[in-house]
Amino acid sequence: MTPSIRDVYGASLVRYGLQDERVVVLDADVSASTRTGAFAQACPERFFNVGIAEANMAAMAAGLASEGKIPFVNTFAVFMATLGALSARTFAGYGRLNIKFMGAYGGVSDAYDGATHHSVEDLAIMRAIPGIQVLVASDAVLTDWLVRNAIAVNAPMYIRLSRDAMPPLYPEGENFILGQGKILRQGTDVSVMTCGILGSVALQAADIVAREGISVRVVDHFTVKPIDRDLINRCARETRAIVTAEEHSVVGGLGSAVADVLVRDGLRVPLEMAGIPDCYTQSGSYADLMAAYGLDAAALAVRLRSVLARA
Amino acid sequence: MPLSEQRVTELNALCRTFRRSVIAQLHRIQTGHPGGSLSVCEILTVLYFEKARVDAGNPCDPLRDRIILSKGHAAPMLYRILAEKGFFPLDDLKQLRQFGCHLQGHPCTEGTPGVELPSGPLGIGLSAGLGKAIALRLDHNPARVYVVLGDGELNEGTIWEAAMSGAKFKLDHVTAIVDRNRVQLDGTSDEIMPLDDLAAKWTAFGWQVICCDGHDVRALDAAIDAAHAVRGRPAVILADTIKGKGVSFMEGKSLWHGNPISDSQYQTAMAELGGDDR
Repeated sequence: MTPSIRDVYGASLVRYGLQDERVVVLDADVSASTRTGAFAQACPERFFNVGIAEANMAAMAAGLASEGKIPFVNTFAVFMATLGALSARTFAGYGRLNIKFMGAYGGVSDAYDGATHHSVEDLAIMRAIPGIQVLVASDAVLTDWLVRNAIAVNAPMYIRLSRDAMPPLYPEGENFILGQGKILRQGTDVSVMTCGILGSVALQAADIVAREGISVRVVDHFTVKPIDRDLINRCARETRAIVTAEEHSVVGGLGSAVADVLVRDGLRVPLEMAGIPDCYTQSGSYADLMAAYGLDAAALAVRLRSVLARA
Repeated sequence: MPLSEQRVTELNALCRTFRRSVIAQLHRIQTGHPGGSLSVCEILTVLYFEKARVDAGNPCDPLRDRIILSKGHAAPMLYRILAEKGFFPLDDLKQLRQFGCHLQGHPCTEGTPGVELPSGPLGIGLSAGLGKAIALRLDHNPARVYVVLGDGELNEGTIWEAAMSGAKFKLDHVTAIVDRNRVQLDGTSDEIMPLDDLAAKWTAFGWQVICCDGHDVRALDAAIDAAHAVRGRPAVILADTIKGKGVSFMEGKSLWHGNPISDSQYQTAMAELGGDDR
C-alpha cells in the first residue's frame, strides 16, 4: 500500500532532521496528525510543541531561524497560511529568515472535516509574499526530496503536504531542481500543468482521451514559486492548448501563476483552469469532493476536450 | 550594585540628548511616532548603554545580547540610540523614513546594523524573542534576550500565547520590558482595552513580575538586575512611563502617538527638553 504523504513526511523529517543539528521542529498540538510526532520521539530536545497557538509558533520560528536554526513549522495548511501569514510576511519574507512552513492537510484532503479545515487559498496567500518559495508535494519520492531540499537550501519556503496517499509518480532517487517543473508524460495536442495529487489524476485523464486520439502532455509543476516560465513557454509553443489543474481555488494558485506567464509572454493559447471554484467547500469523502469540484479524471478529460475545441 | 551618581547623571544626559534629537528629526520630516519614542527612551538607553552586551564593531557577535524592539513604531528612538552606539553614522538620521534610506518607518534588518529582527506589526516580537532564547540554549550560548513591548501591544493575543510558551520552556534568560505608558493610538489604555491587573496577569502566566519607574534609570538598572537573578522562568519588567515624556503638551495624549509637530510646538518642546543638540 502506498504510504500517506504525511507518513512519508514524518519519516523523512526524522531521516534528514536527525543528521542536521540545525533542524528544529515546531508543532501546534497536531503532531499526531502532521506526523511530526515521529521527530518528537526521535529527538525531543529539538522538538517544541507550542500548543494551539499557531501565530506564536510561526513567530518563534523566526527567532530560531535568526540564530541559524532551520525551523520546520507544522500545522494544518489552512491555519499555516492564515494564522502564520503575518510572520511569514514580516519575518520569513521581509526579514529573509530561513523558515520552513509545512502545510499539512493541503487542499481538501482533510475531507470530512469540511470547509474550515480545507486549504484552498494557501498557495495564493503564500505566493503573494515576496521571497517565499511555494512548493507542492505530489508523491512520496518528491515529498522526501522536498524535506531534504528544505534543509539544504537557505530560503524561506511554504511546502504543501497532504493527509492522504498519492499514487507514485517518480522512481526512487529521482532528482528535482527548484524552479523546474517535471514532464510526467510527453504529448503533442494539449498540456496539463498540475501540482499535488492532480498529477496522477491528469495521467488518468490523459489515458481516457488517448482512446479518442488526443495526445496529452502532463506536467507536475510542483514548484509554484518560482514558476517554471521556460517550461510554460515550451508547452504553449509545442502543444495547442493548456489546462491547469490543482486542488486549490482557481483564484491565485497555480492556474493564476501559469496565466500570468502566458499573458506576460504574449502566448496566445487557449487556457482552462481546473480547481475549486471561488466558493466554500463541503464535507464528504475525498473522492466525492474531488468529483464534485471537477477534479477527478472524468472531469479533467472533459476540460481537455473543451480546451482543444477552442484551439 | 546600584548605579553611581555619576553614571545616573551621564545616562540622564544621554536621554535628554536623544529626546531632543528625536523631536528635531520628527519635526523636520513631519511624520513618525513621537509619543512612544519618548516613553521608551530610558528603557532603551539603560539597555544599550548599561546592561546589554552589544558592540557596534561586531554587530553579529554570537555572544551579544539580543534586543528586540517589538513596539517597532518607536524606531526613531531606537535609531538615535543605535547611531550613538556607532552602528551607523548619525548623519543617516537625516534620511529617516525617506525613500532609499535604510532607516525605514519601522525597523528592518535589510541594511540597518544592530536591528535583530523586523518589527512593527505588534504582538509577534515576544514570540520571536523566545525562539532566539531557545536557539541560544540549544547552542549553550550565555547571551540574554531582551524584548521591549508596548502596553497597547498587549492587546494582541499572541503576546499571551508567547507568555504561556515562555513559562512552559522555562526561558529564564528572557527579559520582557513593557513600556507601560497607558496610552495607545485611539485613546488611553483604560478606554481602549483595560489591562489591569497587569502584574497579576503576567504572574498568572508564570512570569516573574518586576515593577519600576520606567523613567528612572537607576530603578530600571535595578529591575534588570532583578530579572537576571530569576531562575526557571522568564521575567517581565512593568516599567511605568508617560507617553510623550518630557514634552508637556504631548504627555499622556493619544494624539501624539503619531502627529506632525508644528514649528511653534517644536520651539516649545525644545525649550522644555534641555540637553545638547547632537
